[in-house]
Amino acid sequence: MQNDEVIWQVIRHKHCSFMAKIETGIFCRNPYNVTGICNRSSCPLANSRYATIREHDGVFYLYMKTIERAHMPNKLWERVKLPSNYEKALESIDKHLMYWPKLLVHKTKQRLTKMTQMRIRMRKLALKTREKIMTTPRKEKKREARREEKAEKAALLEKSIEKELVERLHNRNYDEIYNYPFKEYNKLLEMEEMQLAVVEEKEDEEEPEIEYVEAGDDLEAEDDIEDFGGFVMDHIHTDDDNVGMDEDDEEAEPHSRKRVRKESAAASKKLSRDGSGAKLKKKRVLVEVEREDADGRRKAAQDVA
Amino acid sequence: MAGKRKKSDGEEGGGGEDEPVIKKEKTKKEILPSMIKNKDKRSEIHAKLQHQKKLDKRKRAKARDAAIKRALELGEEPPAPKIPRTIENTREFDETVCMPDDEELFAGNDADEFSSIMNRERTPKILITTCRFNSTRGPAFISELLSVIPNAHYYKRGTYDLKKIVEYANNKEFTSIIVVHTNRREPDALLVMTLPNGPTAHFKLSNLVLRKDIKNHGNPTSHEPELILHGFTTRLGHRVGRLFQSLFPQDPDFHGRRVVTFHNQRDFIFFRHHRYVFETKETKQTDSKGTKTKDAKDKVSQEKIKARLQECGPKFTLKLISLQNGTFDTKGGEYEWVHKPEMDTSRRRFFL
Repeated sequence: MQNDEVIWQVIRHKHCSFMAKIETGIFCRNPYNVTGICNRSSCPLANSRYATIREHDGVFYLYMKTIERAHMPNKLWERVKLPSNYEKALESIDKHLMYWPKLLVHKTKQRLTKMTQMRIRMRKLALKTREKIMTTPRKEKKREARREEKAEKAALLEKSIEKELVERLHNRNYDEIYNYPFKEYNKLLEMEEMQLAVVEEKEDEEEPEIEYVEAGDDLEAEDDIEDFGGFVMDHIHTDDDNVGMDEDDEEAEPHSRKRVRKESAAASKKLSRDGSGAKLKKKRVLVEVEREDADGRRKAAQDVA
Repeated sequence: MAGKRKKSDGEEGGGGEDEPVIKKEKTKKEILPSMIKNKDKRSEIHAKLQHQKKLDKRKRAKARDAAIKRALELGEEPPAPKIPRTIENTREFDETVCMPDDEELFAGNDADEFSSIMNRERTPKILITTCRFNSTRGPAFISELLSVIPNAHYYKRGTYDLKKIVEYANNKEFTSIIVVHTNRREPDALLVMTLPNGPTAHFKLSNLVLRKDIKNHGNPTSHEPELILHGFTTRLGHRVGRLFQSLFPQDPDFHGRRVVTFHNQRDFIFFRHHRYVFETKETKQTDSKGTKTKDAKDKVSQEKIKARLQECGPKFTLKLISLQNGTFDTKGGEYEWVHKPEMDTSRRRFFL
């Protein structure tokens, strides 16, 4: 015969296969449990009159169990479909569980609320795009890593890049060098230094002269200053026969003019002013010149001369 | 009896390996060591075989050396060295490999989605974003990417759908979107989409090394980089190569001497970012004057131009997982190429 108390004692103290004990509490994994907690009043096995809500495919059903059917396990649970409207479902529960203990009714309604909320959330999520987690078998990962390593070794990246760059250099016939051989660059800088020193000396000499000799020396001085600015450019300028007009002897260097480019106009000014070898440290300095300025200055020099 | 029989079989097998002449006679009776059931015997026969092979190899090498020496002494050309067999040499024949004079290819190029960028009608403008959950190495990698690719902008992901992002980018006239996907706190995958309705390529990213982890790294300038695409042989590879090309502006600034390389080897695309310098290898005569480097090469055969590289920027490896026609749409999209595990069965077959 059904004696709930006995059942409960046995289940709780001996063994219940639905019980799950974790740090925070004791839970019941029985699918018919209303609250999910292992309790004297929540255990579907230890209560002959019990009700619960279960869901199938988005539809909620009210399940009820009474003591009259306790001997027929096949027909134990009575199932009622609940309307999808929340309020109507509540009314329906009220109607079916009218004279049942309040606790059970209350718990059933709570469960319905929770499940409704879950249903809404699931529907919303299904509309959003979610990232799908896919598994990669370990074997494949390892195989890929191995193959990648071997491919990298076989690739000889640096060599092929260097080869390609040199090939492009040959094929393109750049009309401007874009990289300056290091030694020549040094030489050039040294020459510039010397020239600057010379020019500065000249300036010092001539300034007192300017006071009493007017036209010729002025022009000379100006010329020098122009050239001071200009010869750096002229140095740099390529197929310019006009450059030959410069009177500085050091100008006519054994090595023909090379194009030197500076990284920026500011840097170029610095270099010409300082004339220092500070840039020597950087191997990769490109010395650039802005053509417009050069042209302008050259023109000015011409006009003056 | 049984022992005797096995011995003779083993010898036959060994004998068959040695002399090709006898092999012909004995092909019917040749037994591989693996067919011998007795472990001791089997290992013995196998060891003998290996030893024999080693001796043969040594003999051959000696003969080759002797021949070369003799040829040099006599003043003739030494016999050409044999070409070692590599995976690239023995690659399976693929009919989609592009030939240099393929009319269809050029026509295809003109009509594809990248042509407008290649013709400089549009300048590349890249939108970089991440997957929803960003991680430790992600931002560092993204900032490096921003420095490598000119005209790239970073936008935070938020929780926008990719499709919405595509719309947004289209409105703002971006040419490509790059999505960096992270997994386990490491950037893991790269999604490159060409807009407006261009192909979407999904790459697996591996072996990422950031700039700060590279020894003696250089700092990139902001000049437009040169691009090197190497090893893209098939049609698919060509398409992927053009995809990369469309990310970078088409007018590189050679003064900047910056080069970005995508090198394809056995379906792995290696990305490298260098700054380079040309140097002439000096010999005694050519202590020269300002000859340009290319003249120098013609002058004396001994003087060579070499390029030297300094690595800057990140380096990583990409592997193509899928190429989809059209923007990102996993459900309804049309895939041009998808990687399936059954494609990995042959070690000599590559798709890019």
